Amino acid sequence: MSTKITLAQGLNRGLRKAMEADDKVLLMGEDVGKLGGVFRITDGLQKDFGEDRVIDSPLAESGIVGTAVGMAMRGYRPVVEIQFDGFVYPAYDQIVCQVAKLHFRSQGRVKMPMVIRIPFGGGIGAVEHHSESPEAQFAHTPGLKVVACSNPVDGYWMIQQAIAHDDPVIFLEPKRQYHAQKAELDDTLEPMPLFESRLVRPGSDATLLSYGPTVKTCLNAAEAAAGEGKSLEVIDLRTLSPLDMGPVYESVRRTGRAVVVHEAHVNLGLGAELAARITEECFYSLEAPVLRVGGFDTPYPASRLEEDWLPDLDRVLDAVDRSLEI
Amino acid sequence: MTQRDTGFGPDLSEVFGPKHEDGGPELIQLLTPEGVRVQHPEFDLDFSAEELRGFYRDMVLVRRIDVEATALQRHGELGIWAQLLGQEAAQIGAGRAVLPQDFVFPTYREHGVAYCRGLDPLKLLGLFRGVDHGDWNPSDYNFNLYTIVIGAQTLHATGYAMGMQRDGVVGTGDPERDSAVLAHFGDGASSQGDVNEAFIFAASYNAPVVFFCQNNQWAISEPIERQSRIPLYQRALGFGFPGLRVDGNDVLATYAVTKAALQRARDGQGPTFIEAYTYRMGAHTTTDDPTRYRLSEDLENWKLKDPIARLEVYLKRNGLAEEAFFSDLAAEADELGHTLREGCKAMPDPRPLDIFDRVYAETTPELEAQRDGYAAYLATFEGAHS
Repeated sequence: MSTKITLAQGLNRGLRKAMEADDKVLLMGEDVGKLGGVFRITDGLQKDFGEDRVIDSPLAESGIVGTAVGMAMRGYRPVVEIQFDGFVYPAYDQIVCQVAKLHFRSQGRVKMPMVIRIPFGGGIGAVEHHSESPEAQFAHTPGLKVVACSNPVDGYWMIQQAIAHDDPVIFLEPKRQYHAQKAELDDTLEPMPLFESRLVRPGSDATLLSYGPTVKTCLNAAEAAAGEGKSLEVIDLRTLSPLDMGPVYESVRRTGRAVVVHEAHVNLGLGAELAARITEECFYSLEAPVLRVGGFDTPYPASRLEEDWLPDLDRVLDAVDRSLEI
Repeated sequence: MTQRDTGFGPDLSEVFGPKHEDGGPELIQLLTPEGVRVQHPEFDLDFSAEELRGFYRDMVLVRRIDVEATALQRHGELGIWAQLLGQEAAQIGAGRAVLPQDFVFPTYREHGVAYCRGLDPLKLLGLFRGVDHGDWNPSDYNFNLYTIVIGAQTLHATGYAMGMQRDGVVGTGDPERDSAVLAHFGDGASSQGDVNEAFIFAASYNAPVVFFCQNNQWAISEPIERQSRIPLYQRALGFGFPGLRVDGNDVLATYAVTKAALQRARDGQGPTFIEAYTYRMGAHTTTDDPTRYRLSEDLENWKLKDPIARLEVYLKRNGLAEEAFFSDLAAEADELGHTLREGCKAMPDPRPLDIFDRVYAETTPELEAQRDGYAAYLATFEGAHS
């Protein structure tokens, strides 16, 4: 059945479907129960599935992830919510040393089917620690898988796929898109596999590579560029670890130019890895160096400066112009 | 350090006062260091001669595992070994109190508990030899892999116990079904945030977990006074569950207290903190040198409280074991030592290409490509050294 939903609704419905499909799926986090989460992503789920399956946790992120490890060892599939990106660091040790390594440590005997949901990125006028983009730190960690949804329909499907997956998944949700706009969901359609990138707008002059909140920025930039006679291709990476480079190579070999766009700091961000891989695989197709547009290498600024800090349509087009001039 | 009189709060001069060399008045003990059986109003149990000999045998064999592993490290067969010397009673007492359906989360020093869970002692050596990170399936023994990050496993234990609650295996009254978790850690770990968070989660959800802290007085070079200004067991009350201090060198008391706490957890009455008051008679690990930071006099004093010696005195004085029992056990320990030495040296080295396939349950094209690339690279050396 087709219906129009926001990203928040897509995630909420996806969580509900996952809980209906498998009674081992548990949700845990701060305020996820009665309140339905500070962004209301888990709205109504405790009421319908009970306090044993939708668990309001003490206010301790390491405790949330660490106890979820134990639940997974007992055969459950915990889905934990980290309330904001900047609050994930107390759980960093458990994520990196335990969640990521238990399968390897146990020679594959212990599975860790856990999803760690993190609302990420800026643009909501928040105070410090509420607007960060920590994805590279997790993508850099063997044993984790990292995905980012960019739209309501992907949110609906990707959360279900991540929960059904047997490896730990860091699930990044662009918080500024939660309630931004609606999209048509037809849940009778077959979703694309979780760990695949998607070409979301075809073009021929340059390729924009992005994920999460900046996919929308890139689509807007491509639309504006079209008005100036420039044809930009846009790829929504969706999966950050592992990367699905096939569609990227195919695109860059055609366009000869690539610009990576993310909110995270440019230095040692996903863009660096993408640029290196594209250079290794598409060297003779490239007409220009791979350029990166992202957050500056400063801490996230006070919110009245965030529009300066975040890559926007004009900064993306500026990079495209620099690429096309070469 | 003396306490400043602030004019408020309780008088803490007693707890901050002279260190209780004997564990203090709250220490639960059933067998004194001199080998005298004493009664306890809450935690007394009757032990048959066979049970007592069993505890003794366990401790002797576990000490032998420890001694052999230490020697294997000295001979270069192990990279490092974490010694349990002096903590045999704490570990056997706790390990024997666990039922088959219970689950145990060890640190990296619980060799005695591993032995109680039926793990082949040889399997304990792999991690320290560098051939694996722990080569057993936790669910085969209900005994998790050793965890090296200090205190991290206490949260896993609490989560596992929360899983038991959801499985309906707590407080049903069925002794075959009701289950609990035993979480090990040390005095140093008691300072970790994870351990304190585990206490909070366990209390909040009334999880069936027993926190078993072996206070061996030393966190590598740092004495217990650096970790806590009050006896550790007294911290439990602040988290909302009972704390007990047991003589960790007394296998009978440790067994009795752990058994009671685990049953309380299985019955659905929630967590208990047990501080097993003991002493690390060896070094932190084979790389450590305790002569740099502690007095030999301390060690000599604790040698008088040796967990094995006191039970031996009790067995002999009360005619509970024949001479043949001791000589047979000595032979069994020798045989175990021999098996460990030979088995350790025969452990196969790990194969480099295996690591790529163990990162994920569902591997990635990137890792497959790295594995294949490395295999091709290795193949270029084939025959080069022959």
